Amino acid sequence: MIGPSTNSTDRHVVIIGNGISGVTCARNIRKKDFQTRITIISGETAHFFSRTALMYIYMGHMKYEHTKPYEDWFWEKNRIELKQAWVDRVDFEEKNLIFSDKSQMQYDVLVLATGSKPNKYGWKGQELNGVQGLYSMQDLELMEKNTHEIQKAVVVGGGLIGIEMAEMLMSRDIPVTFLVREKNFWDNILPVEESKLINRHILEHHIDLRLETELEEIIDDGNGKVKAVKTKSGEVISCEFVGLTVGVSPNIDFLNKGNESNSEKPTLELSRGILIDAYFKTNIPDVYAIGDCAEFKNAPAPDRKSIEQVWYTGRMHGETLAHNLTSRKSVSYKPGIWFNSAKFLDIEYQTYGFVPANIGDNEDSFYWEASNGKACLRLFFSKSDQKLLGINAFGWRLRHEYFDKAISKGYSLEKVISEIDKANFNPEFYKPFHEEVLKKYNMEFGKTLKLQKQSFFKKLIGSRA
Amino acid sequence: MNIILRIGLILFVLGLAIFSVLPFIGSYQLEQEMVENEVKDIHLDAMVEVLRPMYGQYYESNFAFISDFNENFDNYNEKLKANEDWDKVIWDDYAYPLTKAASTGPVSQNPYFYLAITVCLGVLGGLMYIFPLHRNEPEGIKNDGIYFSSMKARGLLGIITGTWLIVFYIILYWFPAYLTNLILMVDPLSIALSGNPASQWFLYGFIYTLAIVVMGIRMFRKYKGNAYQTIRTASVMFFQLAFAFLLPEILVLLNMPWHDFKNIWPLDYSFFYDYRIDGMLSSGALGMFMLVWGIILIVLGVPIFTYFYGKRWYCSWVCGCGGLAETLGDPYRQLSDKSLKSWQIERYMIHGVLVFAVLMTAVTIANYFSGFAILGNATDQLHSVYGFLIGSAFAGVIGTGFYPLMGNRVWCRFGCPLAAYLGLVQRFKSRFRITTNGGQCISCGNCSTYCEMGIDVRWYAQRGQNIVRSSCVGCGVCSAVCPRGVLKLENADEEGRINEMPIIIGNKSITVKS
Ligand SMILES: Cc1cc2nc3c(=O)[nH]c(=O)nc-3n(C[C@H](O)[C@H](O)[C@H](O)COP(=O)(O)OP(=O)(O)OC[C@H]3O[C@@H](n4cnc5c(N)ncnc54)[C@H](O)[C@@H]3O)c2cc1C
Ligand code: SF4
Ligand code: SF4
Repeated sequence: MIGPSTNSTDRHVVIIGNGISGVTCARNIRKKDFQTRITIISGETAHFFSRTALMYIYMGHMKYEHTKPYEDWFWEKNRIELKQAWVDRVDFEEKNLIFSDKSQMQYDVLVLATGSKPNKYGWKGQELNGVQGLYSMQDLELMEKNTHEIQKAVVVGGGLIGIEMAEMLMSRDIPVTFLVREKNFWDNILPVEESKLINRHILEHHIDLRLETELEEIIDDGNGKVKAVKTKSGEVISCEFVGLTVGVSPNIDFLNKGNESNSEKPTLELSRGILIDAYFKTNIPDVYAIGDCAEFKNAPAPDRKSIEQVWYTGRMHGETLAHNLTSRKSVSYKPGIWFNSAKFLDIEYQTYGFVPANIGDNEDSFYWEASNGKACLRLFFSKSDQKLLGINAFGWRLRHEYFDKAISKGYSLEKVISEIDKANFNPEFYKPFHEEVLKKYNMEFGKTLKLQKQSFFKKLIGSRA
Repeated sequence: MNIILRIGLILFVLGLAIFSVLPFIGSYQLEQEMVENEVKDIHLDAMVEVLRPMYGQYYESNFAFISDFNENFDNYNEKLKANEDWDKVIWDDYAYPLTKAASTGPVSQNPYFYLAITVCLGVLGGLMYIFPLHRNEPEGIKNDGIYFSSMKARGLLGIITGTWLIVFYIILYWFPAYLTNLILMVDPLSIALSGNPASQWFLYGFIYTLAIVVMGIRMFRKYKGNAYQTIRTASVMFFQLAFAFLLPEILVLLNMPWHDFKNIWPLDYSFFYDYRIDGMLSSGALGMFMLVWGIILIVLGVPIFTYFYGKRWYCSWVCGCGGLAETLGDPYRQLSDKSLKSWQIERYMIHGVLVFAVLMTAVTIANYFSGFAILGNATDQLHSVYGFLIGSAFAGVIGTGFYPLMGNRVWCRFGCPLAAYLGLVQRFKSRFRITTNGGQCISCGNCSTYCEMGIDVRWYAQRGQNIVRSSCVGCGVCSAVCPRGVLKLENADEEGRINEMPIIIGNKSITVKS
């Protein structure tokens, strides 16, 4: 495909959204193209901050300014214009943005990187005071207000943001009841052993975890404030705060505003998200979408979703689109081996490749768990040729580089097991797990793999294998 | 708050409060024989005369005593200066030894009691506060509420603490006479260790060591489960206690020069001063060993160890300044400035101090070998300027007093010439680096926030680049606080250590060089 040339002089690229995808796109355009005028618009904050760090602000680990990945001078130096305002609607025909204060801005190229918004499933009482989701800085400020001097909170939804919210509340000594619809925490993503490991850890933190418990309604105290929640089984749990963390969906509501009634005007093709092809193109020329808000018409890879809602994918979308906007030759989005990570209270989680929650007939997995029940490893492989397909690790940091290679090159299970110390990324002096893993493997597979002893000198100088 | 914890806090504050007012109690009476005992022979006649008006007088407080002393003493010196009678002017500080000798207060009669209700009470309170910390909590990062804390986030308590430290250091360095009571209190301990009565430096070393030990125990609690932090903290506690505190005093007991075997020039800036060299040369085989060992550390120890392990082998495992920063200073590590601007200032300052130290030492050595012929004056001038500006004001007053204001490594980052030397080796010839784990960084900022050296770790991590910075002391806290397992301190092959144009793993569409 042929895109605009690198030396396009006076075009104006406008990016709505100063999250990781929009910002990465802007930075990478600027790296390759000195001319283009670039503007980033966001209503949320004046500068880019790390959304993933919201919890740490609430917990007092950091302040807002620490979550900004670039110092404030960075933008001017790179001639990236910032505008803090809410876009009210877009006139795609006139290539014009209309802001909530009625001011306007022309664009030549529009990049939509508007992120997500928290889901709400129409529960009774979901609009009460003290009930909220957590996505934006404004949500965080609201949470600060809503949880001021309260005695009891309920968090609904056993996902990544739910457990973060529970941890946040616990850091302020607010007792939390955590309602999880599934049988075990996050078990639509994690195999049951991993889920149970996290269940135990949640309880260890004195969080009142209620598995297989669904929200029925949120009860009003008579003054428009939450008083309690009622579960599907009829239990009433009194609380002054309800965190709704049942997933997020693309933030796209404003995009066709004002265009619906006028059939003359072009409208943006939307489904759950903004529909795009593999080049991030929407149905309207010069309008692109990246990050959480975008929905691929065809999922980028068989094991990928059509909406990618994580930090790393936002970054890769931004990089790739920036390339396409600055090169003659466009490339389609081809993500490599999947990876992700999270932290459940004190237990870190990393995953590389693909590990399903339920293992099918053609694959199998090897699972090891540390004796204290706080670290584990699952290697997922295909039965026919024993090739590694994915790995889950809890309480054990592993090298991304190693597994990117191991999975893409199809290392055998045995190779990985025998050299997994090469991939160990835990800090120095941590207890090595390799021997235990080998023991378990030998037992299960009737093998006699032995630990390769490091020479004393190598140990002394800490040389990596 | 746990009840023991609360009592501990009260006891600590009480101990600190008594410690702070103790210098103001007691009475003073000077006699002629005290002057005869304390004053050098060349000044004896003059001083006995100068201080004659004070003999037998009873002073209610050290302020009254010291001010009277200064008046008499300055009168004498001023007159000589006015007459340009330079040879007779007395430059020595006699205020401190004479105040100490003249003290008749309760502290000299009952030093153990006063030691118990100040330092021991403080230590006891501190330990009672520390031991219950994080009890029954799972292992993990304990940074909750740091930015809501008045003490740890430059609030009023932090400012008060900083001010207290700054005032304490100023008095310690330049007006030790006012600390007489505190020094008297540790006299018996000093005599037991080295056979000599305590000086202000003994008092300082004693408190310093206690601070490292007590706050080191706090580190064990805070970083429970993190083996790197635990071992490293145990190491600085050991080196401070054994090498910086006990061993030098024992050497003095054995009639050897006071010597700290782990201190390295140019941090130990007086290592090549003539009195130190003469002291070592006149102390037989052990003295010779001190000299040779010191030089080996400079020319071989630093480059070799830093090549294999990075500067951390010294800065966060051995050094006394680092030891205090990593223990007493740990609650303040997040206060270091991470801006690019401060990095620029840092590079000018620290290398400036290194150049100053090297020049001063070069002049000193040249002076030594020229038989003090030509450079005597310049040497003295340089020593006093360096000692005042760098050795005392920077390393002490600012270095520690600014913990609660600018973080715990102000000296190590902006001033320490040894850190500059170690840093040059680390930057250009070392196997140490902090490896970034592929594309896992979420730019959260925990690493940068908790880097005591003000390194913007995230800047590197989020672009998939290894961190190879001369200032990194390898404390390992960035790695500890990272919620995504992105950072690993490690020693490995030099190849691939510095990746200037990193490619973040994960995107197969294009290769983006950050
Ligand atoms: C609490 C929390 C924790 C998370 N933790 C992780 C994690 O650990 N790992 C991970 O991979 N992912 C995590 N995520 C998800 C990740 O943060 C998102 O996938 C990512 O931030 C999406 O980036 P984006 O650039 O697509 O959009 P966003 O970061 O959402 O940026 C979109 C911006 O556009 C602005 N905007 C939208 N509409 C308008 C308008 N009309 N006018 C003006 N401005 C507008 C929004 O205000 C917002 O600032 C987390 C998310 C949350 C909420
Ligand atoms: S970069 Fe990390 S290891 Fe180095 S000084 Fe900073 S926090 Fe410590
Ligand atoms: S703490 Fe870890 S995830 Fe956060 S910015 Fe630093 S390296 Fe990245």
